[in-house]
Amino acid sequence: MNLNRVLAIQRKEVVQIRRDPRSLAIVFLMPVMLMVLMGYGISLDQKNVPVCVFDREGSQQSQDLLKHFQASQYFRIAMLNTDYRSLTAAIDSGHCSLGVVIPNDFSEQLRKGGTVDVQGIVDATDDNTANLIFGYAESVVAGYSADVQIHYFQSQGLTEIRAPISIDSRTWFNEDLDSSDFIVPGVVVLVMVVVGTFLTSLTMAREWERGTMEQLISTPVTPLEVTIGKLVPYFVLGLLDTAFCAVIAAWWFGVPFRGSVWLMLLATSLFLAVVLLLGYWISAATKSQLAASQISLVTSFLPAFLLSGFVFPIDQMPIVIRAITLLFPARYYLSLVKVIFLKGAGLGPLLPQLLALTIFAAILATLALRSFKKSL
Amino acid sequence: MENSVVVRDLVKRFGTFTAVDRVTFETLPGEVFGFLGPNGSGKSTTIRILCGLLHPTSGHAEVAGFDVVRSPEQIRRRIGYMSQKFSLYNDLKVIENLRFYGGLYNVTGNQLKERIDWALNMAGLTGRSESITGTLSGGWKQRLALGCAVLHRPPIIFLDEPTSGVDPVSRRRFWELIQELSAEGVTVFVTTHYMDEAEYCNRLALIFHGRLIALGTPSQLKLNSVNGDLLTIEAAPLGRALELVKAATGVRDAAVFGNALHIVVGDADQAMPTMQAAMEAGGIRVRRIARIRPSLEDAFVALTGDARNGSGAPAHDVHPEQP
Repeated sequence: MNLNRVLAIQRKEVVQIRRDPRSLAIVFLMPVMLMVLMGYGISLDQKNVPVCVFDREGSQQSQDLLKHFQASQYFRIAMLNTDYRSLTAAIDSGHCSLGVVIPNDFSEQLRKGGTVDVQGIVDATDDNTANLIFGYAESVVAGYSADVQIHYFQSQGLTEIRAPISIDSRTWFNEDLDSSDFIVPGVVVLVMVVVGTFLTSLTMAREWERGTMEQLISTPVTPLEVTIGKLVPYFVLGLLDTAFCAVIAAWWFGVPFRGSVWLMLLATSLFLAVVLLLGYWISAATKSQLAASQISLVTSFLPAFLLSGFVFPIDQMPIVIRAITLLFPARYYLSLVKVIFLKGAGLGPLLPQLLALTIFAAILATLALRSFKKSL
Repeated sequence: MENSVVVRDLVKRFGTFTAVDRVTFETLPGEVFGFLGPNGSGKSTTIRILCGLLHPTSGHAEVAGFDVVRSPEQIRRRIGYMSQKFSLYNDLKVIENLRFYGGLYNVTGNQLKERIDWALNMAGLTGRSESITGTLSGGWKQRLALGCAVLHRPPIIFLDEPTSGVDPVSRRRFWELIQELSAEGVTVFVTTHYMDEAEYCNRLALIFHGRLIALGTPSQLKLNSVNGDLLTIEAAPLGRALELVKAATGVRDAAVFGNALHIVVGDADQAMPTMQAAMEAGGIRVRRIARIRPSLEDAFVALTGDARNGSGAPAHDVHPEQP
C-alpha cells in the first residue's frame, strides 16, 4: 500500500464532499432532522390521556373515583358528559382515548359492601396504546378500590388491615420510564446507517457513471488503496456525526450518558466500518447510483428502522423475524448504544455484540475488496 | 523494450460479437502510431486491452515488455492513458486534478511541483489553476487530461480519440503536443477517425470491423492502397456522372468526394479522354478531369472496399518496410 496514493484519494474525496450540497446536507442536517423528528415524534409514553366521563350517579363517591383519575399523571379528565351518546361521539372523534361510565347505583353498592362494575371504553385503534391505557386505568381503579375496602372495614369496627404482600417496584436505567431515553440513542444508529451506507453507496457508482473510473483504474492504484482512501473521510464524518448526536441527546433531550466514551467510540468505529463497507460494496457491485441508493435503503435503512429493536422490541417479534434480525448489524449496535447510554455497562457484557460487529466488518471487507476489479 | 507495444493475434469477443479480430502489429520506439478506423471498429477495445482494462479473449499483447494479462500493474506504472470520454473530475479545480493524479502516480515534492507547472504551461492553463475543471472549454480539458496522463513521464501513452469534439485550432495545438512528446522518445499510441489527423502519425494501422486491414506510413498507404491510377472529375450533375462512370468499362472504383468524383482506372492517360467523351455524350458538363495523388481518405475507401468484398486475404501488401 502506498500512502501517497491513499492520501491523494482521501483529499479528492474530501474536496468532492465539500463541494456537493447534497452530501453536506446528509452529513450535517440529516442528524438534526432525525433527532428532532424521532425525539419528539415517536413517544411511546402515555401521559395525560384525555378521559371522558359519564357519571350517572354524581355522588360523593363517584367524584372520589374521578379525583383518583385526575390525580394520576397518566390521565386528565377532558369531558364530563351527560349522556352515553356524547361519550361515544367524543371517543369517535378522538377527543378522548378512554371513556369511563359510572353506574347510577355506584355508592349504594359500595355502601352495602357489594361489588360494582365501572365501564371503561378504550379507543383501540392502536392496540399497544390501548393496552397501556387499560393497564393504567386498572391500577387507578384498584387503588381506589383498596381505599374503599379499608374504609369499609374501619366502619365495621375492624382495625386497619394491610395487604399481606405487595410489590415495591423500582425502574432501573430509565427511572422516569421516559421513552425518549431509549428512542433518542436509537437515532444515532439511523444516522450512522444513512451517513455510512447511503453516502458511500454513491461514491463508487458515481465514478463508474461519470467515466472517471476508467481513468482511475488505468493508474497503478490498488483496490485496497481506493477502498481506504474513499472510506476514511466518511469514517471521520460518521464519528463526528455520532458525537454530534450524542451531544444533542444528552443536552437537549436530557438522556443520561452513563457509559464509557471509549466503549462508545469502539462500538461506533466497528459499526461504521460495517456500514461503510456495506455501502462501498453495494456501490462497487452495482456501478449505478440509482440502484446503489435503492439497495442501500432496503438493506440498511429499513432494517435499522424496523428490525433493530428501534421501534419494535425484538423480544416481541415472531421467532422467524427474530432470527432474521440477527442478520442485520444495526440490532447489535442499537443494543450497544442503549446499554452504553442507559446502563453504563463495562466491556464484559458487550463483548458478544462487539464480536458480532467485528465478524460483519470482516466479511464485508472481503466482499468489498473482491467486488472492485480494475477492469471494465 | 521500455517503450514498445507488441500485439500478436489479439482477439476480443463480446458474446458472439468479435470486436477485435486477430490483430497483429508492433510499434517502434518513440513513434506516433495511429489507429485509424470508423466508430465501432474495435479501436477503443484494443487500447483498453493494452492498458489492462479489458481481458483479451485470446492472443498475446505486450506493453513496455510486460504481458497485459499477467502483469497489468507493471504496465500501468509505465503508461499514460486518456480515455475517449473526458474523465477528469469536473467538480475539482484544475490544480486538484493534477495533484490527484500526481499522487496516484506517486510523483511528489519538487518533482510534482515542476511537473504541474509544466502541465499547466503545456495546457495553456497557467493562471487558471484555481478554475473548476467543469467550467473549462473542450480544448483546455483535453490538454489538461493529457497533462494528467503524462505527469509521471511515462514512456508510452495511449490516447483514445483525444480530439473528438474539440475545435480545429485546439486539435492542431494538441497534435503539436503529441509531436513534442514523441520527439522526447515517448511512444504515442493514438486512435482517431479524422483523416487529417492520421496524416500526423508516423505509421498508421487501418482498422475495420475489428480487423487490421493495412499498416504502414501514411504515404505507403496512399501509394499502395489504390489499385491503379486515381482521377478526379468535376462534373455537373454529379449524381448522373457517378452512374455513368460506374457503368463505364475499365473503371475499378468510383466514389463522391466533396463536389467531385474520384475514380480508379488502370491507366490514367488512356482513360481521361474516353471518360471526357463518354460524359459529354451523356449530356454532362465536365469542368475538370485530372490525375491526382490519392489522399488517405482514398486509401481508406479503397481498403475498406476490399475488406467489405471479403476477399479475406489482404489485397494490398503495405506491411512495413521500416520508415
